Amino acid sequence: MAFKSVKDVPLGPYCHLESTLINKTGEWRNMRPVLDRSKCIRCYICWKFCPDVAIKILPDGNIEHDYEFCKGCGICANECPKKAITMVREE
Amino acid sequence: MAMKMVLRGNMATAYAAKLARVEVIPAYPITPSTLFPEKISEFVANGELKCQFIKCESEHSAMSACIGASATGARVATATSSQGLALMHEVVFIAAGLRLPIVMAIGNRALSAPINIWCDHQDTIAERDSGWLQFYAEKNQETLDLMLMAFKICEDHRVLLPGMVGMDAFVLTHTMECVDIPEQEEVDRFLPPYKPVYKLDVNNPMTFGAFSSPDNYMEFRYAVHMAMESAVKVIDEVFEEFEKKFGRNYQRVVPFMVEDAEVILVTIGSMTGTAREAVRLLRSKGKKVGLLKITTLRPFPKDLLKKYLKDAKVVVVLERNISLGFGGAVYPEIAAVFANAARRPKIYDFIIGLGGRDIVVEDIVKVYEIAMDALKAKKAEMVEWIGVRKDEIEVIK
Repeated sequence: MAFKSVKDVPLGPYCHLESTLINKTGEWRNMRPVLDRSKCIRCYICWKFCPDVAIKILPDGNIEHDYEFCKGCGICANECPKKAITMVREE
Repeated sequence: MAMKMVLRGNMATAYAAKLARVEVIPAYPITPSTLFPEKISEFVANGELKCQFIKCESEHSAMSACIGASATGARVATATSSQGLALMHEVVFIAAGLRLPIVMAIGNRALSAPINIWCDHQDTIAERDSGWLQFYAEKNQETLDLMLMAFKICEDHRVLLPGMVGMDAFVLTHTMECVDIPEQEEVDRFLPPYKPVYKLDVNNPMTFGAFSSPDNYMEFRYAVHMAMESAVKVIDEVFEEFEKKFGRNYQRVVPFMVEDAEVILVTIGSMTGTAREAVRLLRSKGKKVGLLKITTLRPFPKDLLKKYLKDAKVVVVLERNISLGFGGAVYPEIAAVFANAARRPKIYDFIIGLGGRDIVVEDIVKVYEIAMDALKAKKAEMVEWIGVRKDEIEVIK
């Protein structure tokens, strides 16, 4: 979003927290984490490590990647003790 | 009643921080600015100053802590010099971009290599483009007064930028002079508490230091530039108010015997006193010489320089810095003031007193003589080093 004029620019690069919800950083992703739920033991190590809070714990206890925000860094796949997450090149 | 004390420049800035009721002081000691955190820690330990004094592990951390503290809406100050300021470099720009009115006392010292702890303006000149206001003191009283005024100017909502107060290493930082310490009540009336526009607040969380893509970055930079331009008016207002309240006159550029002067010297910092003596000496011999002292290098006082220098035949810029491969850093800026003028003085540049080399009256007289010879020879430009034993070194052609 571009500001119309310098008059609309805030005093400094400050913003309310919702900006992190507006910017869908998932568009930046080259590699997509794909979960094999049959291997997942629900240890939530991936959830703890994800730097973008892009792994959700579902009400049934399963995990799910939030592809709107996941940048595809691969930390979850690297940390998973059961190798349940594989990184697949985005089309 | 106001008190007079015999103080070193560093101590005078510490007293200024105390009088300004600074709330957070993160610092890392470095010669010749070490006495500032020493004195502040003494004030805090004695209960004379209610302030969070943070001992940091480096200057980079000290400036980072200043930024965090200032973002919470606290009044923040620190001090550094030379290599310490150079280590802060990265975060110095962020403080300006985030519009945080941090005030920093600088003991102006040479940059390595060779390692040298003495007076030189290279450290602050290297931060000239950072978006910090830059003030330079000539004597210890000015270090205290400029520091107090810097808070008021920087915290003004028309400015909201950080500021540096430069004082010459040892010549000011460590030399004792009589300094008038204003009454706390008077300072409180002059300098009310800092009111931030935005602040870090757990009840109203905000992102400080957000990212900006190419479609907005220039607007943010333009806004900082405009704030710097607006600072000119705010500085003049604050200088005027300070004179009314405390009786001491400050100007962005201070003229001395310039009315009929054909030759005008331009100086920054403590060398001004020496240059004033040289001007008196030359005037006693009938030479039409004057002097301009630059107090605020940023925002650059182009209006006043134009006003005072336009009728001069020769402008002689004396600089304790060198932009290697070009010349002094202030010389091209003064030349730019006249770049498109129909009538302009000859402008000559003199590099002098680097790394704490003494500047004496005879040096300034010599500068005057070299400039007059150059004028007679109609030299178009000149960057001359004063006092360098350079006979053996020639430029390879």
